[in-house]
Amino acid sequence: MSDPGKLNTSSSELDLDRPNIEDYLPSGTSIHEPHGQLRLRDLLDISPTLTEAAGAIIDDSFTRCFKSNPPEPWNWNVYLFPLWCCGVVVRYGILFPVRVIVLAIGWIIFLSAYIPVHVLLKGHDKLRKKIERYLVELICSFFVASWTGVVKYHGPRPSMRPKQVFVSNHTSMIDFIVLEQMTPFAVIMQKHPGWVGLLQSTILDSLGCIWFNRSEAKDRETVAKKLRDHVQGSDNNPLLIFPEGTCVNNHYTVMFKKGAFELGCTVCPIAVKYNKIFVDAFWNSRKQSFTMHLLQLMTSWAVVCDVWYLEPQTLRPGETAIEFAERVRDIISVRAGLKMVPWDGYLKYSRPSPKHREQKQQSFAETILRRLEEQ
Amino acid sequence: MGNSSSMLTQYDIEEVQGHCNHAFSQQEIVSLYQRFCQLDRSSGGFISADEFLSVPEFAVNPLAQRLLRTVDGLNFKEFVAFLSAFSPRATLQQKIEFIFKLYDSDGKGSVSYKDILDVLRDLTGHFISEEQREQVLKQVLEEAGYRKDSSLVFADFVKILGNPGLKMEVEVPVD
Repeated sequence: MSDPGKLNTSSSELDLDRPNIEDYLPSGTSIHEPHGQLRLRDLLDISPTLTEAAGAIIDDSFTRCFKSNPPEPWNWNVYLFPLWCCGVVVRYGILFPVRVIVLAIGWIIFLSAYIPVHVLLKGHDKLRKKIERYLVELICSFFVASWTGVVKYHGPRPSMRPKQVFVSNHTSMIDFIVLEQMTPFAVIMQKHPGWVGLLQSTILDSLGCIWFNRSEAKDRETVAKKLRDHVQGSDNNPLLIFPEGTCVNNHYTVMFKKGAFELGCTVCPIAVKYNKIFVDAFWNSRKQSFTMHLLQLMTSWAVVCDVWYLEPQTLRPGETAIEFAERVRDIISVRAGLKMVPWDGYLKYSRPSPKHREQKQQSFAETILRRLEEQ
Repeated sequence: MGNSSSMLTQYDIEEVQGHCNHAFSQQEIVSLYQRFCQLDRSSGGFISADEFLSVPEFAVNPLAQRLLRTVDGLNFKEFVAFLSAFSPRATLQQKIEFIFKLYDSDGKGSVSYKDILDVLRDLTGHFISEEQREQVLKQVLEEAGYRKDSSLVFADFVKILGNPGLKMEVEVPVD
């Protein structure tokens, strides 16, 4: 968790009356007022530490990042309710079956083209890859159509160049589908169980996607190596990385992992912002399986989102990878109107390291020792 | 109310409000209930220590373990009562009482030299040696007119912390 003084929360059109995140961040300054003779009161008065603890219990900036914010219900009176009921009938009775059919057609077309190409063109790699890329873009378009995705792309389309990676904020696995529709990215993803895992090991593998396993500690080095190898290769699909490492609710961004920023390449930021008007696209993996999440999207009116391709960034002289990551995070957050919080997304799965607590202990200890010496 | 439904009745709110001596407004209690349900992921009607520690801001607090002894497994009514010391409407007496209870780990109504040393150890970790801690504590105790073997009671805490008062307030966000 970096020094809060270095981060500035991006200005945002949303949630202006929410308590300021800075108020809930543990302050970097020492807990007690320094100077003057050390008295019993100074040791007994633990109120600042307690206030921080109580503040964290009541509201904390980390949990807020993973809170689902469904769209406001509007069916709350006599004439809106029947209207809403008609809507439900249309969505579940008409739209959903049509979408399932569309998706099924898409899969049939895809598989009947992909399998022959994959098998027959084994020797002609370049041609095979070209066709497979096109087919994957096609099936992604079918997916997007199956939730009536209204995606507006802004900015210049990414060009295929070596030594560049793309980074984006992460809200749901559909981010990948939305972006893949336009450009054949190779993505780095957590290996999932179930039908998603099956897709990962077959089709996505052919795109050059890289898998990791969060729970394996040594995994990080192997993955870092795979990343480096991939960006060096000239014929590989451009690499898309979600540096947050986990799905966040599209109102905040958590800290970017530096892995993507120390590959010695140009980093092209992509910002994705979903409009919650019909459905909340945040995949709350604690609450829903991906299948349920897809079904939820397929039974809503539309998924509306904006995608901005932003200006490519390179490491500035004297900038560390972490600073570079934070700078890019700031660019993405400002563009998509997201607030930045200084937490590591992986804290969803594990406890903070003791060094944060030790930082506070150290600062308090130093205050005491300093005042002792002053006496 | 103790079940996982996120609806509080007016009766429930008033009962909780009474239990915490009206430290929170009804709107604040509703917000606290939403927060309680958010933290109580297993929907057991209480927040376990594990669920508290999943809030990183809480987990990094040096006094987290000590607070967990009190707050672990509380139901919503007791949870609000626990937090009532942090309300702007709480009296100075209530705040000092909260601190006193945290120090008085065996609940006997007196805080010994060892109790204060324990809390000091939580706050400073291994950045001060045990001898230095003892030296500092002995020094300030003597300066305040106490001896190493004297125990402090609540009245002592009021005397020491009462002037010029404590700043120990948290605002409950209300939608």
